[in-house]
Amino acid sequence: MNGAAIRFDDVCVRYANADRDAVANVTFEAQPGELVVLLGPSGCGKSTLLRTVNRLAPVSSGAVYVDGRDVAQSDPVELRRRVGYAIQAVGLFAHMTVAENVGVVPSLLGWPREEIEARVDELLALIGLEPSRYRVRRPRQLSGGEAQRVGVARAIAAKPGALLMDEPFGAVDALVRGSLQRELARIVRELGTTTLFVTHDVEEALGLADRIVVMREGRLEQAATPLEILERPATPYVRDLVHAGDAVYRDYFLHARDLLRAQAQQ
Amino acid sequence: MNYLAAHPARVLGLAAAHAGLVGTAIAAALVIALPLGIYAARRPRVAALLLGALGALYTIPSLALLAVLVRWLGIGYWPVFVALVAYAQFMLARNIVAGINGVDPAQVDAARGLGMSSFEILRRVELPQALPVMLGGVRVAAIAMIAIATLAGYVGGGGLGVLIFTGLALHNNAMIVAGSISAALLAIAVDGALRTVESVARR
Repeated sequence: MNGAAIRFDDVCVRYANADRDAVANVTFEAQPGELVVLLGPSGCGKSTLLRTVNRLAPVSSGAVYVDGRDVAQSDPVELRRRVGYAIQAVGLFAHMTVAENVGVVPSLLGWPREEIEARVDELLALIGLEPSRYRVRRPRQLSGGEAQRVGVARAIAAKPGALLMDEPFGAVDALVRGSLQRELARIVRELGTTTLFVTHDVEEALGLADRIVVMREGRLEQAATPLEILERPATPYVRDLVHAGDAVYRDYFLHARDLLRAQAQQ
Repeated sequence: MNYLAAHPARVLGLAAAHAGLVGTAIAAALVIALPLGIYAARRPRVAALLLGALGALYTIPSLALLAVLVRWLGIGYWPVFVALVAYAQFMLARNIVAGINGVDPAQVDAARGLGMSSFEILRRVELPQALPVMLGGVRVAAIAMIAIATLAGYVGGGGLGVLIFTGLALHNNAMIVAGSISAALLAIAVDGALRTVESVARR
Protein backbone atom coordinates (compact mmCIF):
# COMPACT_ATOMS: atom_id res chain seq x y z
CA MET A 1 0.00 0.00 0.00
CA ASN A 2 1.21 3.48 -0.78
CA GLY A 3 1.91 5.96 1.94
CA ALA A 4 -0.72 8.46 2.97
CA ALA A 5 0.10 12.13 3.30
CA ILE A 6 -0.28 13.45 6.85
CA ARG A 7 -0.97 17.17 7.05
CA PHE A 8 -1.10 19.34 10.16
CA ASP A 9 -2.91 22.59 9.59
CA ASP A 10 -2.40 25.14 12.39
CA VAL A 11 -2.97 22.45 15.01
CA CYS A 12 -3.47 23.42 18.66
CA VAL A 13 -4.11 21.07 21.54
CA ARG A 14 -5.05 22.43 24.93
CA TYR A 15 -5.93 20.16 27.79
CA ALA A 16 -8.42 21.23 30.43
CA ASN A 17 -6.72 23.00 33.37
CA ALA A 18 -3.50 23.51 31.40
CA ASP A 19 -1.94 26.97 31.47
CA ARG A 20 -0.56 26.68 27.94
CA ASP A 21 -1.25 24.74 24.77
CA ALA A 22 0.36 21.29 24.68
CA VAL A 23 0.64 21.82 20.93
CA ALA A 24 0.52 25.34 19.51
CA ASN A 25 -0.09 26.30 15.87
CA VAL A 26 1.81 23.46 14.26
CA THR A 27 1.68 23.32 10.48
CA PHE A 28 3.58 20.87 8.31
CA GLU A 29 3.00 18.00 5.96
CA ALA A 30 4.59 14.57 5.83
CA GLN A 31 4.75 13.46 2.20
CA PRO A 32 3.62 9.96 1.22
CA GLY A 33 6.38 7.51 2.14
CA GLU A 34 8.34 10.04 4.15
CA LEU A 35 9.88 9.20 7.54
CA VAL A 36 9.45 12.28 9.71
CA VAL A 37 10.98 12.37 13.18
CA LEU A 38 9.38 14.58 15.80
CA LEU A 39 12.26 15.62 18.03
CA GLY A 40 12.34 17.46 21.32
CA PRO A 41 12.67 17.09 25.09
CA SER A 42 9.91 15.50 27.13
CA GLY A 43 6.92 17.78 27.51
CA CYS A 44 7.54 19.55 24.19
CA GLY A 45 4.27 18.24 22.73
CA LYS A 46 5.73 15.78 20.23
CA SER A 47 3.81 12.79 21.56
CA THR A 48 0.62 14.81 21.81
CA LEU A 49 1.04 15.96 18.21
CA LEU A 50 1.56 12.34 17.15
CA ARG A 51 -1.56 11.25 18.99
CA THR A 52 -3.73 13.83 17.21
CA VAL A 53 -3.24 11.80 14.02
CA ASN A 54 -5.19 8.80 15.32
CA ARG A 55 -7.39 10.89 17.59
CA LEU A 56 -5.92 9.68 20.85
CA ALA A 57 -5.38 13.38 21.57
CA PRO A 58 -8.12 15.92 20.80
CA VAL A 59 -7.41 18.84 18.49
CA SER A 60 -8.66 22.13 20.00
CA SER A 61 -8.27 24.13 16.82
CA GLY A 62 -6.84 23.56 13.37
CA ALA A 63 -7.09 20.19 11.66
CA VAL A 64 -5.13 17.04 10.89
CA TYR A 65 -5.56 15.33 7.53
CA VAL A 66 -4.63 11.74 6.71
CA ASP A 67 -4.78 11.00 2.99
CA GLY A 68 -6.62 14.29 2.53
CA ARG A 69 -9.35 13.39 5.02
CA ASP A 70 -9.87 15.44 8.17
CA VAL A 71 -9.43 12.99 11.03
CA ALA A 72 -12.08 14.83 13.04
CA GLN A 73 -14.58 13.69 10.39
CA SER A 74 -13.40 10.07 10.56
CA ASP A 75 -14.71 7.38 12.87
CA PRO A 76 -11.86 6.98 15.40
CA VAL A 77 -11.96 3.17 15.45
CA GLU A 78 -11.95 2.91 11.66
CA LEU A 79 -9.23 5.59 11.43
CA ARG A 80 -6.97 3.79 13.91
CA ARG A 81 -7.19 0.54 11.96
CA ARG A 82 -5.81 2.38 8.91
CA VAL A 83 -2.99 4.02 10.89
CA GLY A 84 -0.31 1.85 12.53
CA TYR A 85 0.60 2.57 16.15
CA ALA A 86 3.65 1.46 18.13
CA ILE A 87 4.68 2.77 21.56
CA GLN A 88 7.66 2.63 23.87
CA ALA A 89 5.90 0.41 26.39
CA VAL A 90 5.05 -1.87 23.41
CA GLY A 91 1.86 -3.07 25.09
CA LEU A 92 1.86 -6.53 23.59
CA PHE A 93 -1.26 -8.35 24.77
CA ALA A 94 0.04 -10.64 27.48
CA HIS A 95 -2.61 -13.35 27.09
CA MET A 96 -2.11 -13.72 23.34
CA THR A 97 0.64 -15.44 21.40
CA VAL A 98 3.04 -13.50 19.20
CA ALA A 99 1.01 -14.58 16.15
CA GLU A 100 -2.25 -13.39 17.72
CA ASN A 101 -0.66 -10.08 18.66
CA VAL A 102 0.67 -9.47 15.16
CA GLY A 103 -2.64 -10.51 13.60
CA VAL A 104 -4.86 -8.45 15.86
CA VAL A 105 -5.69 -5.59 13.47
CA PRO A 106 -6.27 -7.86 10.45
CA SER A 107 -8.53 -9.91 12.70
CA LEU A 108 -10.43 -6.76 13.76
CA LEU A 109 -10.77 -5.92 10.07
CA GLY A 110 -12.27 -9.35 9.44
CA TRP A 111 -9.55 -10.76 7.18
CA PRO A 112 -9.99 -14.47 6.38
CA ARG A 113 -7.98 -16.72 8.71
CA GLU A 114 -5.59 -18.06 6.05
CA GLU A 115 -4.77 -14.52 4.96
CA ILE A 116 -4.01 -13.49 8.55
CA GLU A 117 -1.78 -16.53 9.08
CA ALA A 118 0.12 -15.86 5.87
CA ARG A 119 0.52 -12.19 6.78
CA VAL A 120 1.81 -13.05 10.26
CA ASP A 121 4.45 -15.39 8.81
CA GLU A 122 5.46 -12.76 6.28
CA LEU A 123 5.83 -10.11 8.99
CA LEU A 124 7.75 -12.31 11.41
CA ALA A 125 10.18 -13.12 8.61
CA LEU A 126 10.39 -9.41 7.79
CA ILE A 127 11.39 -8.50 11.36
CA GLY A 128 13.83 -11.37 11.54
CA LEU A 129 11.97 -13.68 13.93
CA GLU A 130 11.72 -17.27 12.64
CA PRO A 131 7.91 -17.79 12.31
CA SER A 132 7.96 -21.48 13.27
CA ARG A 133 9.74 -20.64 16.53
CA TYR A 134 8.10 -17.35 17.45
CA ARG A 135 4.45 -17.72 16.41
CA VAL A 136 3.39 -19.56 19.54
CA ARG A 137 5.52 -17.67 22.04
CA ARG A 138 3.95 -15.45 24.66
CA PRO A 139 5.12 -11.85 25.09
CA ARG A 140 6.77 -12.69 28.43
CA GLN A 141 9.01 -15.16 26.60
CA LEU A 142 10.49 -12.42 24.40
CA SER A 143 13.55 -10.25 25.01
CA GLY A 144 13.06 -6.48 25.04
CA GLY A 145 14.32 -6.15 21.47
CA GLU A 146 12.14 -8.99 20.22
CA ALA A 147 9.08 -7.49 21.90
CA GLN A 148 9.76 -4.13 20.22
CA ARG A 149 10.02 -5.86 16.86
CA VAL A 150 6.75 -7.66 17.39
CA GLY A 151 5.22 -4.30 18.35
CA VAL A 152 6.35 -2.87 15.02
CA ALA A 153 5.07 -5.92 13.12
CA ARG A 154 1.69 -5.58 14.85
CA ALA A 155 1.57 -1.89 13.89
CA ILE A 156 2.12 -2.54 10.18
CA ALA A 157 0.18 -5.83 9.94
CA ALA A 158 -2.86 -4.44 8.14
CA LYS A 159 -0.66 -2.51 5.69
CA PRO A 160 -1.51 0.95 7.00
CA GLY A 161 -0.72 3.92 4.83
CA ALA A 162 0.60 5.77 7.86
CA LEU A 163 2.56 4.61 10.87
CA LEU A 164 2.84 6.38 14.22
CA MET A 165 5.72 5.45 16.50
CA ASP A 166 6.18 6.93 19.96
CA GLU A 167 9.75 6.22 21.09
CA PRO A 168 9.32 2.63 19.93
CA PHE A 169 12.92 1.73 20.74
CA GLY A 170 13.22 3.76 23.93
CA ALA A 171 13.24 0.78 26.26
CA VAL A 172 16.04 -1.28 24.71
CA ASP A 173 19.80 -0.96 25.10
CA ALA A 174 21.86 1.05 22.63
CA LEU A 175 23.22 -1.94 20.72
CA VAL A 176 19.80 -3.47 20.06
CA ARG A 177 18.39 -0.03 19.33
CA GLY A 178 20.89 0.49 16.52
CA SER A 179 19.89 -2.72 14.79
CA LEU A 180 16.19 -2.00 15.31
CA GLN A 181 16.65 1.44 13.75
CA ARG A 182 18.36 -0.03 10.72
CA GLU A 183 15.59 -2.58 10.31
CA LEU A 184 12.86 -0.01 10.72
CA ALA A 185 14.47 2.26 8.12
CA ARG A 186 14.63 -0.68 5.74
CA ILE A 187 11.07 -1.84 6.39
CA VAL A 188 9.25 1.47 6.11
CA ARG A 189 11.18 2.44 2.98
CA GLU A 190 10.41 -0.93 1.47
CA LEU A 191 6.71 -0.57 2.28
CA GLY A 192 6.50 3.12 1.45
CA THR A 193 4.59 3.76 4.67
CA THR A 194 4.46 7.39 5.76
CA THR A 195 5.95 7.34 9.24
CA LEU A 196 5.89 9.78 12.13
CA PHE A 197 8.49 8.82 14.69
CA VAL A 198 8.72 10.52 18.09
CA THR A 199 12.02 10.61 19.95
CA HIS A 200 14.06 12.79 22.29
CA ASP A 201 17.23 11.10 21.04
CA VAL A 202 19.07 13.44 18.64
CA GLU A 203 21.27 10.67 17.25
CA GLU A 204 18.25 8.52 16.52
CA ALA A 205 16.55 11.44 14.77
CA LEU A 206 19.58 12.34 12.65
CA GLY A 207 20.11 8.72 11.71
CA LEU A 208 16.55 7.77 10.81
CA ALA A 209 14.77 10.82 9.47
CA ASP A 210 14.05 11.99 5.98
CA ARG A 211 12.95 15.12 7.74
CA ILE A 212 13.12 16.25 11.35
CA VAL A 213 10.51 18.39 13.07
CA VAL A 214 12.10 20.01 16.10
CA MET A 215 9.58 20.97 18.78
CA ARG A 216 9.81 23.11 21.86
CA GLU A 217 7.05 23.93 24.32
CA GLY A 218 4.36 22.86 21.88
CA ARG A 219 5.73 24.88 18.98
CA LEU A 220 7.46 23.82 15.82
CA GLU A 221 10.99 25.25 15.83
CA GLN A 222 12.22 23.88 12.55
CA ALA A 223 11.16 21.27 10.01
CA ALA A 224 14.05 20.30 7.75
CA THR A 225 16.28 17.48 6.61
CA PRO A 226 18.96 16.30 9.05
CA LEU A 227 21.62 17.90 6.88
CA GLU A 228 19.84 21.27 6.86
CA ILE A 229 19.26 21.09 10.60
CA LEU A 230 22.95 20.50 11.16
CA GLU A 231 24.10 23.11 8.69
CA ARG A 232 21.47 25.80 9.08
CA PRO A 233 19.71 25.46 12.45
CA ALA A 234 16.81 27.92 12.44
CA THR A 235 17.10 28.96 16.08
CA PRO A 236 19.72 28.89 18.85
CA TYR A 237 17.59 26.23 20.52
CA VAL A 238 17.87 23.92 17.53
CA ARG A 239 21.57 24.62 17.25
CA ASP A 240 22.19 23.68 20.88
CA LEU A 241 19.95 20.62 20.63
CA VAL A 242 21.83 19.10 17.71
CA HIS A 243 25.29 20.47 18.58
CA ALA A 244 25.29 22.07 15.13
CA GLY A 245 28.29 24.21 15.95
CA ASP A 246 30.39 21.15 16.63
CA ALA A 247 31.89 20.16 13.28
CA VAL A 248 33.34 16.89 14.53
CA TYR A 249 30.03 15.83 15.95
CA ARG A 250 28.25 16.80 12.74
CA ASP A 251 30.62 14.92 10.47
CA TYR A 252 30.40 11.93 12.73
CA PHE A 253 26.64 11.78 12.34
CA LEU A 254 26.60 12.44 8.65
CA HIS A 255 29.04 9.59 8.26
CA ALA A 256 27.04 7.31 10.55
CA ARG A 257 23.94 8.18 8.58
CA ASP A 258 25.50 7.25 5.28
CA LEU A 259 26.55 3.94 6.78
CA LEU A 260 23.03 3.36 8.02
CA ARG A 261 21.55 4.09 4.61
CA ALA A 262 24.05 1.83 2.91
CA GLN A 263 23.18 -1.01 5.27
CA ALA A 264 19.49 -0.38 4.84
CA GLN A 265 19.84 -0.75 1.10
CA GLN A 266 21.57 -4.12 1.29
CA MET B 1 -19.05 -39.93 61.59
CA ASN B 2 -21.60 -42.57 62.56
CA TYR B 3 -24.45 -40.60 61.09
CA LEU B 4 -22.64 -40.13 57.82
CA ALA B 5 -21.99 -43.85 57.52
CA ALA B 6 -25.57 -44.73 58.42
CA HIS B 7 -27.33 -42.27 56.08
CA PRO B 8 -25.00 -41.59 53.12
CA ALA B 9 -27.88 -41.01 50.67
CA ARG B 10 -29.53 -38.43 52.90
CA VAL B 11 -26.27 -36.58 53.51
CA LEU B 12 -25.39 -36.66 49.83
CA GLY B 13 -28.82 -35.39 48.90
CA LEU B 14 -28.53 -32.49 51.34
CA ALA B 15 -25.00 -31.75 50.11
CA ALA B 16 -26.26 -31.64 46.53
CA ALA B 17 -29.04 -29.25 47.52
CA HIS B 18 -26.48 -27.16 49.39
CA ALA B 19 -24.16 -27.01 46.37
CA GLY B 20 -27.13 -26.25 44.11
CA LEU B 21 -28.22 -23.34 46.30
CA VAL B 22 -24.71 -21.88 46.40
CA GLY B 23 -24.14 -22.48 42.67
CA THR B 24 -27.31 -20.76 41.51
CA ALA B 25 -26.74 -17.90 43.96
CA ILE B 26 -23.18 -17.39 42.60
CA ALA B 27 -24.49 -17.41 39.03
CA ALA B 28 -27.18 -14.87 39.88
CA ALA B 29 -24.67 -12.77 41.83
CA LEU B 30 -22.32 -12.68 38.85
CA VAL B 31 -25.10 -11.42 36.59
CA ILE B 32 -25.34 -8.40 38.92
CA ALA B 33 -21.68 -7.99 39.87
CA LEU B 34 -20.23 -8.19 36.34
CA PRO B 35 -21.87 -5.07 34.92
CA LEU B 36 -21.36 -3.22 38.22
CA GLY B 37 -17.68 -4.17 38.39
CA ILE B 38 -17.02 -3.43 34.73
CA TYR B 39 -18.64 -0.02 35.10
CA ALA B 40 -16.70 0.79 38.27
CA ALA B 41 -13.34 -0.35 36.88
CA ARG B 42 -11.15 2.60 35.82
CA ARG B 43 -13.62 4.93 37.58
CA PRO B 44 -11.98 5.28 41.00
CA ARG B 45 -14.75 7.42 42.50
CA VAL B 46 -17.50 5.04 41.38
CA ALA B 47 -15.47 2.06 42.55
CA ALA B 48 -14.94 3.58 46.01
CA LEU B 49 -18.66 4.27 46.35
CA LEU B 50 -19.73 0.88 45.05
CA LEU B 51 -17.28 -1.17 47.07
CA GLY B 52 -18.00 0.95 50.15
CA ALA B 53 -21.71 0.23 49.86
CA LEU B 54 -21.23 -3.47 49.10
CA GLY B 55 -18.69 -3.72 51.92
CA ALA B 56 -21.21 -2.25 54.33
CA LEU B 57 -23.78 -4.78 53.15
CA TYR B 58 -21.20 -7.51 53.71
CA THR B 59 -20.70 -6.51 57.35
CA ILE B 60 -24.36 -7.10 58.26
CA PRO B 61 -24.44 -10.30 60.36
CA SER B 62 -25.94 -13.08 58.29
CA LEU B 63 -28.47 -14.12 60.91
CA ALA B 64 -29.75 -10.53 61.20
CA LEU B 65 -30.03 -10.15 57.43
CA LEU B 66 -31.81 -13.48 57.18
CA ALA B 67 -34.29 -12.47 59.88
CA VAL B 68 -35.24 -9.39 57.87
CA LEU B 69 -35.47 -11.36 54.64
CA VAL B 70 -37.66 -14.04 56.20
CA ARG B 71 -40.13 -11.38 57.33
CA TRP B 72 -40.18 -10.10 53.78
CA LEU B 73 -39.97 -13.30 51.69
CA GLY B 74 -41.25 -15.93 54.13
CA ILE B 75 -39.32 -19.02 55.11
CA GLY B 76 -37.75 -21.44 52.65
CA TYR B 77 -35.28 -21.16 49.81
CA TRP B 78 -35.66 -17.55 48.72
CA PRO B 79 -34.51 -15.56 51.77
CA VAL B 80 -31.27 -17.56 51.86
CA PHE B 81 -30.82 -17.20 48.11
CA VAL B 82 -31.22 -13.42 48.31
CA ALA B 83 -28.86 -13.20 51.30
CA LEU B 84 -26.19 -15.19 49.45
CA VAL B 85 -26.50 -13.05 46.33
CA ALA B 86 -26.17 -9.92 48.47
CA TYR B 87 -23.12 -11.18 50.37
CA ALA B 88 -21.34 -12.36 47.23
CA GLN B 89 -21.55 -8.90 45.62
CA PHE B 90 -18.68 -7.44 47.62
CA MET B 91 -16.19 -10.22 46.90
CA LEU B 92 -17.18 -10.55 43.24
CA ALA B 93 -17.29 -6.84 42.43
CA ARG B 94 -14.04 -6.17 44.30
CA ASN B 95 -12.16 -8.75 42.27
CA ILE B 96 -13.73 -7.73 38.96
CA VAL B 97 -12.64 -4.14 39.58
CA ALA B 98 -9.17 -5.21 40.74
CA GLY B 99 -8.78 -7.59 37.82
CA ILE B 100 -9.62 -5.00 35.17
CA ASN B 101 -7.64 -2.23 36.88
CA GLY B 102 -4.67 -4.57 37.04
CA VAL B 103 -4.41 -4.80 33.25
CA ASP B 104 -1.27 -3.02 32.03
CA PRO B 105 -2.31 0.50 30.85
CA ALA B 106 0.15 0.24 27.95
CA GLN B 107 -1.84 -2.71 26.61
CA VAL B 108 -5.04 -0.72 26.84
CA ASP B 109 -3.41 2.26 25.10
CA ALA B 110 -2.07 -0.04 22.39
CA ALA B 111 -5.49 -1.66 21.99
CA ARG B 112 -7.17 1.72 21.58
CA GLY B 113 -4.45 2.97 19.24
CA LEU B 114 -4.75 -0.14 17.07
CA GLY B 115 -8.45 0.51 16.62
CA MET B 116 -10.35 -1.52 19.19
CA SER B 117 -13.67 -0.10 20.34
CA SER B 118 -14.27 0.14 24.09
CA PHE B 119 -16.26 -3.09 23.95
CA GLU B 120 -13.52 -4.87 22.00
CA ILE B 121 -10.91 -3.69 24.51
CA LEU B 122 -13.06 -5.12 27.29
CA ARG B 123 -13.73 -8.42 25.55
CA ARG B 124 -10.39 -9.03 23.87
CA VAL B 125 -7.92 -7.51 26.35
CA GLU B 126 -9.33 -6.60 29.76
CA LEU B 127 -11.65 -9.50 30.60
CA PRO B 128 -9.30 -12.29 29.43
CA GLN B 129 -6.51 -10.86 31.56
CA ALA B 130 -8.76 -10.11 34.52
CA LEU B 131 -10.19 -13.64 34.44
CA PRO B 132 -7.84 -15.29 36.97
CA VAL B 133 -8.43 -12.51 39.51
CA MET B 134 -12.18 -12.64 38.87
CA LEU B 135 -12.17 -16.42 39.37
CA GLY B 136 -10.33 -15.83 42.65
CA GLY B 137 -13.28 -13.70 43.73
CA VAL B 138 -15.71 -16.44 42.73
CA ARG B 139 -13.72 -18.96 44.75
CA VAL B 140 -13.58 -16.85 47.90
CA ALA B 141 -17.26 -15.98 47.56
CA ALA B 142 -18.22 -19.63 47.02
CA ILE B 143 -16.44 -20.76 50.16
CA ALA B 144 -17.99 -18.02 52.28
CA MET B 145 -21.39 -18.82 50.80
CA ILE B 146 -21.11 -22.53 51.58
CA ALA B 147 -20.72 -21.57 55.23
CA ILE B 148 -23.50 -18.98 55.21
CA ALA B 149 -25.83 -21.34 53.34
CA THR B 150 -25.95 -23.67 56.37
CA LEU B 151 -28.37 -21.08 57.79
CA ALA B 152 -30.85 -22.29 55.20
CA GLY B 153 -31.35 -25.28 57.49
CA TYR B 154 -32.72 -22.88 60.11
CA VAL B 155 -35.30 -21.23 57.89
CA GLY B 156 -36.50 -24.21 55.88
CA GLY B 157 -34.27 -23.65 52.87
CA GLY B 158 -32.71 -27.11 52.87
CA GLY B 159 -29.07 -28.09 52.52
CA LEU B 160 -26.54 -29.41 55.02
CA GLY B 161 -27.71 -26.89 57.65
CA VAL B 162 -30.75 -29.12 58.09
CA LEU B 163 -28.52 -31.71 59.79
CA ILE B 164 -26.92 -29.10 62.03
CA PHE B 165 -30.12 -27.46 63.19
CA THR B 166 -32.06 -30.73 63.48
CA GLY B 167 -29.16 -32.14 65.46
CA LEU B 168 -29.23 -29.11 67.74
CA ALA B 169 -32.96 -29.51 68.31
CA LEU B 170 -32.67 -33.24 68.98
CA HIS B 171 -29.40 -33.03 70.95
CA ASN B 172 -28.01 -35.42 68.35
CA ASN B 173 -24.30 -34.65 68.21
CA ALA B 174 -23.62 -37.14 65.43
CA MET B 175 -26.01 -35.25 63.16
CA ILE B 176 -24.41 -31.91 63.98
CA VAL B 177 -20.96 -33.28 63.28
CA ALA B 178 -22.11 -34.92 60.05
CA GLY B 179 -23.60 -31.64 58.80
CA SER B 180 -20.60 -29.57 59.80
CA ILE B 181 -18.01 -31.92 58.38
CA SER B 182 -19.92 -32.35 55.13
CA ALA B 183 -20.15 -28.57 54.70
CA ALA B 184 -16.42 -28.25 55.39
CA LEU B 185 -15.60 -31.02 52.90
CA LEU B 186 -17.81 -29.37 50.30
CA ALA B 187 -15.96 -26.08 50.83
CA ILE B 188 -12.58 -27.78 50.51
CA ALA B 189 -13.64 -29.59 47.33
CA VAL B 190 -15.01 -26.41 45.73
CA ASP B 191 -11.86 -24.50 46.73
CA GLY B 192 -9.66 -27.14 45.12
CA ALA B 193 -11.73 -27.31 41.95
CA LEU B 194 -11.80 -23.53 41.49
CA ARG B 195 -8.08 -23.23 42.24
CA THR B 196 -7.46 -25.66 39.39
CA VAL B 197 -9.66 -23.63 37.04
CA GLU B 198 -7.82 -20.47 38.13
CA SER B 199 -4.39 -21.89 37.41
CA VAL B 200 -5.54 -23.06 33.99
CA ALA B 201 -6.87 -19.55 33.28
CA ARG B 202 -3.57 -18.05 34.39
CA ARG B 203 -1.62 -19.91 31.73
